[in-house]
Amino acid sequence: MTSFRSSPNVTASRAPSALDPGRRVADGRELGRRLRDHDLTAASAALNLIESRAPDDREQARALLAEVSPAALGREAPAHIVGITGPPGVGKSSLLSRLVAHWRSRQRSVAVLAVDPSSRRSGGSLLGDRARIETDPRDREVFIRSTAAGSRLGGLAPATRAAADALAAAFDVVVIETVGVGQSETEVADAVDTVAVVVQPASGDVLQFLKAGIMEVPDVLVLTKTDLGAVATRAMADLRAALLALGASDTEVCAVSSVPPATGIAELAQALDAHRAALDLPDRRRTARRRHALENFAVEHGELGLRALGGRVQAERWLNGQDPDLDVPSLERALADRAESRG
Amino acid sequence: MPEPPSHRLPEPDRPWMMRTYAGHSDARRSNELYRRNLEKGQTGLSIAFDLPTQTGYDPDHELAKGEVGKVGVSIAHKGDMETLLDGIPLDQMNTSMTINATAAWLLALYIVAAEDQGVPEDKLQGTTQNDILKEYLSRGTYAFPPGPSMRLIADTIAYTVEHVPKWNPINICSYHLQEAGATPVQEIAFTMCNAIAVLDAVKQRVPQELMGSVFGRISFFVNAGVRFIEEHAKLRAMATLWDELGRERYGVEDEKHRRLRYGVQVNSLGLTEAQPENNVYRIALEALAVTLGRNARARAIQLPAWNEALGLPRPWDQQWSLRLQQILAYETDLLEYPDIFEGSKVMDGLVSELLEGAREEMHRVAELGGAVEAVDYMKASLVESHRKRWQRIESGDQIAVGMNKFTSTEPSPLTAGADGGILVVDPEVEAERVRAVQSWRAERDQAAVDAALARLAETAQNDHENIMPVTIAAARAGATTGEWSQTLREAFGEYRAPTGVGDAVAGGSEDLAEVREEVERISEGLGRRLKFLVGKPGLDGHSNGAEQIAVRARDAGMDVVYEGIRLTPSQIATSAAQEGVHVIGLSILSGSHRELIPAVLDALREAGVADVPVVVGGIIPEADAAALREAGIAAVYTPKDWNLNGMMRDIISLVAERHGLQSAVGA
Repeated sequence: MTSFRSSPNVTASRAPSALDPGRRVADGRELGRRLRDHDLTAASAALNLIESRAPDDREQARALLAEVSPAALGREAPAHIVGITGPPGVGKSSLLSRLVAHWRSRQRSVAVLAVDPSSRRSGGSLLGDRARIETDPRDREVFIRSTAAGSRLGGLAPATRAAADALAAAFDVVVIETVGVGQSETEVADAVDTVAVVVQPASGDVLQFLKAGIMEVPDVLVLTKTDLGAVATRAMADLRAALLALGASDTEVCAVSSVPPATGIAELAQALDAHRAALDLPDRRRTARRRHALENFAVEHGELGLRALGGRVQAERWLNGQDPDLDVPSLERALADRAESRG
Repeated sequence: MPEPPSHRLPEPDRPWMMRTYAGHSDARRSNELYRRNLEKGQTGLSIAFDLPTQTGYDPDHELAKGEVGKVGVSIAHKGDMETLLDGIPLDQMNTSMTINATAAWLLALYIVAAEDQGVPEDKLQGTTQNDILKEYLSRGTYAFPPGPSMRLIADTIAYTVEHVPKWNPINICSYHLQEAGATPVQEIAFTMCNAIAVLDAVKQRVPQELMGSVFGRISFFVNAGVRFIEEHAKLRAMATLWDELGRERYGVEDEKHRRLRYGVQVNSLGLTEAQPENNVYRIALEALAVTLGRNARARAIQLPAWNEALGLPRPWDQQWSLRLQQILAYETDLLEYPDIFEGSKVMDGLVSELLEGAREEMHRVAELGGAVEAVDYMKASLVESHRKRWQRIESGDQIAVGMNKFTSTEPSPLTAGADGGILVVDPEVEAERVRAVQSWRAERDQAAVDAALARLAETAQNDHENIMPVTIAAARAGATTGEWSQTLREAFGEYRAPTGVGDAVAGGSEDLAEVREEVERISEGLGRRLKFLVGKPGLDGHSNGAEQIAVRARDAGMDVVYEGIRLTPSQIATSAAQEGVHVIGLSILSGSHRELIPAVLDALREAGVADVPVVVGGIIPEADAAALREAGIAAVYTPKDWNLNGMMRDIISLVAERHGLQSAVGA
């Protein structure tokens, strides 16, 4: 019989493998507690665990995520999770530098998960994105972690959503930065509260994608490089016209310039906050968690697994009836149990 | 009188200008060195500045730590410049300054120092390197973003053409492109594209009737490798293209203005640490590349020293290289003939081959919008060429005598001395310089400095005003290098150049496949992919080595965090902690490893990641290497460790060991 449980139920004891006789395993629950207490120094170790595929690490990661789940917190994690995405070269990192500085000047702690576009070759990757975000290295309330995008341009790294969920318990703002246009923002949208798509003057592709419906209208549109003058004014007008034609004229469009003196940053921060304030947060997060769990399940068990659940639509319907506060790993396990009992 | 035969010149040519790239510690010590060099028959000066001066920081700035007076002289204000040039008559001297981001400032200091000697600016002769694009591509001593940097260059050109007419305001460099791995075609094409970008920017700032003289004042700084026949052809090809550009793109009518004028420092990339005495031959052959053919002969030459891959050259090492130039010019018959390659089928064939390739490449850059827009493309191309070069050396397809072939050797008496055959800068210099700049600031007329810097800030914001007059005024008032630069950093913003590593093509060899398998196996044991931080602490911008390590580690299957140059120890430690890396590699070539490496180790401890193993690569003398290992560095690599896969094996087994895993490879 096929087992749909993702891994054996490993508890405290584990058999050391031939490969890793002496490897230390971090205590997931402890790390989760520290994050819940806003101990930002736990962030790196927490992500090491979440990124790991070793069975005992995964077990600890589940324990960690349970500690920061809405059920454990008694509410949704307080951070504002923001997605910032857009084509390469539009100035996302400069923009992020200014935004981070803005948030820090208001005493908000910030974590950035930079999903690096450099595609994996030979399994390896080059991650250089963090360098482009200027921060004070001694500021312990800014945290930046880069991960490789995986095989697809702009795709989220497998652990990025879980990482965002964990950091959201500790930081005031969690940013997921991705590169791409046309698809990446949809994927990011499932992982964050607010999506900002960044474009620059004369980037016609974004306009075309919007018009053609390839790209969904984001929560906030950001136009960079407005120091370019007439080209920027024109681009602004084009964007507004496109949004009007799509019946989305109330979508916030922010014009910013990151070259000194930077302009429009406070307004953008405000627009992001306003979107979040108007949001039914528990609903958005719950929907995201369920989608996320189903996706993970599908990756792990494929078509066969989905069929055992009666198909994707059936599975979604079933998930909607589950406890709204369940974290992703718990939902995943529930799906696996259900597949097993039905299969 | 009989006609002289066509195979002889009526009288021998005058020799080229002979210089030595020199300077270290402070102005007083460097002044002594210059006077001695001039006594030895050197005919011009070539000033090497230290990295803080080149990147616009005063000796007491955090980023200057460990770098003050190391690779050149520290010049912080007009007082320093006056001391540096004391007793050297500036109306007669021809001075080349290797200075780029802060070129406008150092030129201003030079002008003010000349004033002090009673020499008016229109009598001054010399060159400011002032080529920013190659700093983005290779050398790394940039300070401001491309737009404002191009404006500074255009302003110095516009100013000198009018007020310092015998000055070469810019020396467009192909030199550093070759050091970064450029093929001859890339070297020619990228240099010409760079020149076009500069000229197009100047065109906006000078009246059209001056464009002829502007074109005539542009000079080049080239490289010559050991393949000296092809290298000579490269220079002939450049001369052809330059003449063409002047005529066709800029309408320069005077043929004299369209002549390619270039100075040269021959190749350092090919100099080896193994059997370093062999480098003397390499340098001699490379000198032939730039002197053999009269139609494309260098105007000024400086030669590296035999021991550059070991550390900083001593005065004696530099003298040895100067003597080579003098033998070539005064003992051989080189200067008695017209061009010896005219009519040579081989030379013509090589030139047209290079021209064809270069034109194609120039077209590609033009399509991308010109050199400024194409920095990413050019950088990635260079990293890729360098990667291929390295692979040829590793596979043995390219022979480096004494390094990857003919390696059995007697011990070299040249490095047997107590100093190991290199110059060691007095460690007291930095502290002295810090005190000196602080007392300079305390003693000057602060109100005058503040007013001058305020004017500078205002001018920076006003694109239509030339920045040179206010820069000269600030120099006169006693402002410092750091203050001038900081004022402009605030106005223009800071910049990080592309690293070029992201686009490098993955290489493959059987040997690498084995390494890759091991990375997979160890990563499996670690639970996540082996993550490697490659960092360049300090101001040193020579990133070619670090880039090649990063690319190879990526090709071996690691997740590599590479953030480019100029990182403080605390930046590196923060990255290591936040990124959760398994191992750290640091690269330093400026000789500041003795200060910077311990500073990084301290910062790692403070960030709570003291258990992450650290390896170091660079130009590091053995005595220092031993001290570094003592301080906790896991391994030290120098230019003799040219086998990158071997280095990867070491790194993997190091990580395996720290995590209690069994490694199948490495030491």
